[in-house]
Amino acid sequence: MFRFLIGRLAVLIPTFLGVAIIAFSFIRLLPGDPVMLLSGERVMSDERHAEISQQLGLDRPMPIQFFDYVTGIFSGDFGRSIVTKKPILDQFLTLFPATVELSLCAIIFAVAIGIPAGIFAAIKRGSFFDQSIMGVALVGYSMPIFWWGLLLIILFSGILQWTPVSGRISLMFFFPPVTGFMLIDSLLSGQKGAFSSAVSHLILPTIVLGTVPLAVIARQTRSAMLEVLSEDYVRTAKAKGLSPFRVVSVHAFRNAMIPVVTTIGLQVGVLLAGAILTETIFSWPGIGKWMVDSVFRRDYPVIQGGLLLIAGVIMVVNLIVDLLYGLINPRIRH
Amino acid sequence: MTDTTLTTEQANPKSKGQFAEFWYYFSQSRGAVIGLGVFIVLVAVALLAPLIAPHLPNQQYRDAVLVPPFWEEGGRLSFFLGTDAVGRDILSRLIYGSRFSLFIGVFVTTLALFSGVFIGLVAGYMQGRVDTFIMRIMDIILAFPSLLLALVLVAVLGPGLVNAMIAIALVLQPHFVRLTRAAVITEINKEYVTASRVAGAGPMRLMFLTILPNCLAPLIVQATLSFSSAILDAAALGFLGMGAQPPTPEWGTMLAEAREFILRAWWVVTFPGLAILITVLAINLMGDGLRDALDPKLKQS
Repeated sequence: MFRFLIGRLAVLIPTFLGVAIIAFSFIRLLPGDPVMLLSGERVMSDERHAEISQQLGLDRPMPIQFFDYVTGIFSGDFGRSIVTKKPILDQFLTLFPATVELSLCAIIFAVAIGIPAGIFAAIKRGSFFDQSIMGVALVGYSMPIFWWGLLLIILFSGILQWTPVSGRISLMFFFPPVTGFMLIDSLLSGQKGAFSSAVSHLILPTIVLGTVPLAVIARQTRSAMLEVLSEDYVRTAKAKGLSPFRVVSVHAFRNAMIPVVTTIGLQVGVLLAGAILTETIFSWPGIGKWMVDSVFRRDYPVIQGGLLLIAGVIMVVNLIVDLLYGLINPRIRH
Repeated sequence: MTDTTLTTEQANPKSKGQFAEFWYYFSQSRGAVIGLGVFIVLVAVALLAPLIAPHLPNQQYRDAVLVPPFWEEGGRLSFFLGTDAVGRDILSRLIYGSRFSLFIGVFVTTLALFSGVFIGLVAGYMQGRVDTFIMRIMDIILAFPSLLLALVLVAVLGPGLVNAMIAIALVLQPHFVRLTRAAVITEINKEYVTASRVAGAGPMRLMFLTILPNCLAPLIVQATLSFSSAILDAAALGFLGMGAQPPTPEWGTMLAEAREFILRAWWVVTFPGLAILITVLAINLMGDGLRDALDPKLKQS
């Protein structure tokens, strides 16, 4: 296991350095003067230009600049936003829980529906149910989620008036963030109705963000299940006279889950990409909306820092998934 | 003389037979045939857009702002699917928009396919340091969520359809590199490659004429997948205001313009998205059929 971890890290560290190179060169590839782009000042005297240039270390040779940049990253310095003047890491850490909360709800939604649907489709292979489930899954897989979100808003917020249109909680409620997770914070606040308000704000974004992973998981579960159901040990279990439920839930399910767990792990990138669109539609104050807003405000230091932080998060999560996979499936460790 | 005729006669039934076999498996899947049918209709619509569109895509009818579709109260038959906030006919814009979506799919897939296959061939054929270097770069590109990287690239290059297409192609291309490289590495030590090398074939000939044709099946399947994700991503960038710019009748851009009217005029939002969904669904249906027809492992079942 230890050797497996070392092997994974040996690939991860150069990849992270590469990601840092991309983030670092991003500002320098933009048309325009990096000193102005990084300070956000449009007009400046030569003295001011030299001063900022020296302050940001931009007057030094390129390799040293990169070295400073990387050492800065490891001490938590990702630069400052031009617009808010706040450190980027602080902003990221306040917004990140909103994205995590939404993504977790979305993946739970996707797993809770996708896996049973996939199993059911596999057991009833070729039936009307199988075809309908797989048809719906293909539609979900092909869905432009930004449009799907707008449709749900028209139906549930516009016509039926069941759910709110945007935000994380009704403006009536105010309490200081403790964990950053609105569902938990609203419970902790003890205010009446706060929790249900948070839940109602979360429903539509969860469905929108969870749709594509749900379709992918359902399709993957079905094909993994079909493969396992034709194995000899499943036939043996059936021949022993075990109930169909036991054969599926104990003998087939566990082995079919190995590829499905990998698929779920791979959805992290999908979720973060989807969060860009979902958060924009529902004005959800997470890192996806933050990145889009920063692109529009030309807040280049934030784009640079955010890019690196998001890629870092994905790499760490992928590493954890790999390690978990090694625990579930001993065959892969060697 | 006789020899030549013989070989062509022998070759022809064989290639015909291959296609017939492919078509047999492809047509087994009803979904794939439906997808192909819808796709052909879409291509026809795109090619014939000026002939079938009832109005010009950017013509504004000042007396017909936000007219609902013809079956709703207040709808007019001349504006079949209604008009948008500045009085443009939605159906005509959707018809012209199909040109953009299909062009985006073709352009992005071609760019990603050709560059990806070339890089993958080089990596798989050269191996060693070149291979490691190339694959690390691909890992780096894949470390970012694709839409985020495309968004940031467009922020660097400047918003617009061409830049959006380049960004999406760059993000999709590592998948082709990986597939090609994996296929090349399994093929390169097979006897027919060695035989060809011994016969004096150079590296270019070995890469492109000997090895590549035997790696095509997974690449074709990946190309259809890329085609649909290119359309989706370009529409998403258009929706975020970073792709095609108004008044281009690109479907994602149309949705972005329609966003503020969602609670007043459902048709402005519904139809462009439906067009994206139908197009992407048709291509994905074809992709599933292609995969089943080209993957020999699945043929038996």
